[in-house]
Amino acid sequence: MKWKNVLRGSDEMSLEKNTKINVDDILKDLKSYRPKRKGWTWRRKVENATVGGYEYSDTSENLKESIPLPPAKFFGNIDPQPQEIITSEIASGRFEDDIRRMRMAAWHGADHIMVIRTLGQSHFDGLIEGSPEGIGGIPITRKQLRATRKALDLIEDEVGRPINFHSYVSGIAGPEVAVLFAEEGVNGAHQDPQYNVLYRGVNPIRSFVDAAVAKNIMSSADILQIDGAHNANASSKVAWKVMPELLVQHAINSLFSVKAGMRKDLIALSTVPPMTAPSPEFRLNFIYALTLRDLFKDYKFRAQMNTRYIESDLFDATRIHVLDTVLSRLTKADIQSTITPDEGRNVPWHINSIRGVETAKHTLIAMDGIQDLVEPKMENLKESIRDMKIRAILYMQDIIDSGGYFEAVEKGFFVDSGFFPERVGDGIARKKNGELGANTVVKREEDYFAPVCNHFGYNKIPDGLAKACDVIGGCTLDDPEKIQYINELDETDNVSVRMKVNRESDEKGLLKPEVEWKNDGLIQIDMTIPDNPDVAEAAALEICNRLGLEETTVISKTVLHPAEGSYIELKAKVPFFVDRNTLKIPEKPEILTAEEITEYVHQHPIHVVAGTIGNDEHSVGMREILDIKHGGIEKFGLSYTYLGTSVPIEKLIDAAIETGADAILSSMIITHNDVHLKGMKQIDQLCKEKGIRHKVVLISGGTQITNEIAIDCGMDAGFGRGTHGIDVASFLVKALKELRK
Amino acid sequence: MTNERFKAEKERLEKLSDEQLNDLFWKKAEEIVNPLIDLAQTHTSPSIERSVLLRMGFNSLEAKKIVEGIFERDLLGKGAGNILLELAKHADKDYLTYGKELVQGSHWDEMEKCFKGV
Repeated sequence: MKWKNVLRGSDEMSLEKNTKINVDDILKDLKSYRPKRKGWTWRRKVENATVGGYEYSDTSENLKESIPLPPAKFFGNIDPQPQEIITSEIASGRFEDDIRRMRMAAWHGADHIMVIRTLGQSHFDGLIEGSPEGIGGIPITRKQLRATRKALDLIEDEVGRPINFHSYVSGIAGPEVAVLFAEEGVNGAHQDPQYNVLYRGVNPIRSFVDAAVAKNIMSSADILQIDGAHNANASSKVAWKVMPELLVQHAINSLFSVKAGMRKDLIALSTVPPMTAPSPEFRLNFIYALTLRDLFKDYKFRAQMNTRYIESDLFDATRIHVLDTVLSRLTKADIQSTITPDEGRNVPWHINSIRGVETAKHTLIAMDGIQDLVEPKMENLKESIRDMKIRAILYMQDIIDSGGYFEAVEKGFFVDSGFFPERVGDGIARKKNGELGANTVVKREEDYFAPVCNHFGYNKIPDGLAKACDVIGGCTLDDPEKIQYINELDETDNVSVRMKVNRESDEKGLLKPEVEWKNDGLIQIDMTIPDNPDVAEAAALEICNRLGLEETTVISKTVLHPAEGSYIELKAKVPFFVDRNTLKIPEKPEILTAEEITEYVHQHPIHVVAGTIGNDEHSVGMREILDIKHGGIEKFGLSYTYLGTSVPIEKLIDAAIETGADAILSSMIITHNDVHLKGMKQIDQLCKEKGIRHKVVLISGGTQITNEIAIDCGMDAGFGRGTHGIDVASFLVKALKELRK
Repeated sequence: MTNERFKAEKERLEKLSDEQLNDLFWKKAEEIVNPLIDLAQTHTSPSIERSVLLRMGFNSLEAKKIVEGIFERDLLGKGAGNILLELAKHADKDYLTYGKELVQGSHWDEMEKCFKGV
């Protein structure tokens, strides 16, 4: 195939870890840009993997660059990658800003970037060109795809794992969009003619005829397909009642796709656990998941988190998503898609895209190997599974009896909220000869000819041609030089115009907070108001107003008690820039090397006493600083006496005197009533009273302690979050060198 | 499907093994899908024909104009690419040039003459 010879990728460009991706460079020379590769890529599973000394059963290759889960610092910063592909949906309306978020998501472990299309693109009869701004999604155009693919090609090189780029082959221009995707190196796409019919009001006949051609083109470029059946979950009144229908919808699209030329291993069923607590969700979701996986053994599964029940509570969303992912791990998922927990509040924000990916990664890694440990009690499940299959079979019999698929759709069979055979009569009915694009399908005549390859259906190829596109010397799927690139059609609505707005502030180094778009200025602020929800909401708005914030909106409200208090979250705009050149950034203390510390300690032994003071049982942080296995000070030859937790201050100082310690390390996590500040002051005071202050170094640490706070309270140094043993050891060596002079 | 029939059919299906049930599930799916795939096999649409022109090297604006004209003249069933190739060959022109001229408004009469005999 010629294509392979012209693969270019972005050999001349690469990304630098501490430098922002340069969108101007991405937009340069797009006309001649070709994707590095085509087709879907799965993660490579590692059998019997060991990461950081832990054994894993269900993981894939590690990344070159990544950001691990927050607790990873307690485990040597390991970042094992699940074997499942992880999806992040990123589509803010401006692809130039989304590119940066894609990089963030990839570093956290996403390798399937899904771009939702702008509102109304399904009804656009043709392709959109240029780079207009989208609403609720991105206008998918050749320019946008090429720029995004180019950025993803760079990002995948940076993290060291292929990134699958995904969008939608739906609506009334499916075959053309499929060509565009095949040409531009899009790796995955939603395609399901039933979705068009039921939810997009596209004429049923047009939808199926177009779909076969689109699917065949997709398969020519090994594009993975995801179906649309899961939407019935979200649309029906009682989600579990549509479970037999979901099986039917999956079957229709899957089989239709195979007959249109797709490989089964590139067809993924989009499946969402239908229920959530407070219903006994696992009783229903588990049976459904097992039934589906049993019937569709040869296919792939894309597990999606449920959005149906999420309003605006991030924690609620996260809990639901964790349990959805548990179900994936207990059954099977090839792709674990994520929903941002803020989907019910706004167009998702950067941080929440990342949180979604973390939720999936955390749950999948936490449940690693679970199927080696537990298995379902099939004797308790068998009857329910058979019942569901029988309902699905008879559901299909009902479709056949009614005259076929189109007739069943006309009668409103689908997304009815009855549990089959019950029908409530509230299904979505679409006319066979009505809706958008009706009467546009034409019979291919005997001399019908399409001089292109990968064209589904009847094609009278002239005698003597090995393949249809030989007559034109190869089509664009063979020879990308034939593709025509349109840059922009609208002078006022395009990426250059949007980027110009921020050019000046960028050059001056001016910064604003950002949730989705450069300089959007949005921040989130939260507060608990000790009053009823209505008063609390009004009070919160007034507080933001007095703080000088603009365009304040309440995004979530949690009632703590009808009268005692309400928790309010708001978003608002910051109306000013800060100049990054005038910011005072505390200088990082110069750290001695491990060798320098070790050498000094070898010649001048150092002993410390340590403990968590007061009524405080936190020990993890202090152990990290002390223990050799966590890279603590012990590693450099320092010796210590560890007194444990809830240590009275007097005892700590007495121990220092008894052991002749050079330093006292006190940890304090609890900050209630400023107990940590008082604790530090008491240590300093008592050391003075006992006459040792001049010869011991006093160091405090804790999540809420900074160097400045500690020094104000009489310590020699304070260490906060993210401190390692070497930071403390380095400071100690320097301080003792001074002291011992 | 009435409740009575459902009950009777369910009773019958309960006698099948798990494997037989799975086979029946796919057999019923096939009965629904076969007529749909046959329809797709033998029909085309404006989007399909635009996808052909894109693959032949036209841009989306050109493809849209050309297919619109062919659809209005009831000639879509011959295939847009086919029509272009035939006409370009007659005119002894490169098909891409010929197509661009169609977009500019030329040659539409020739198309009707050649393919409809009017």
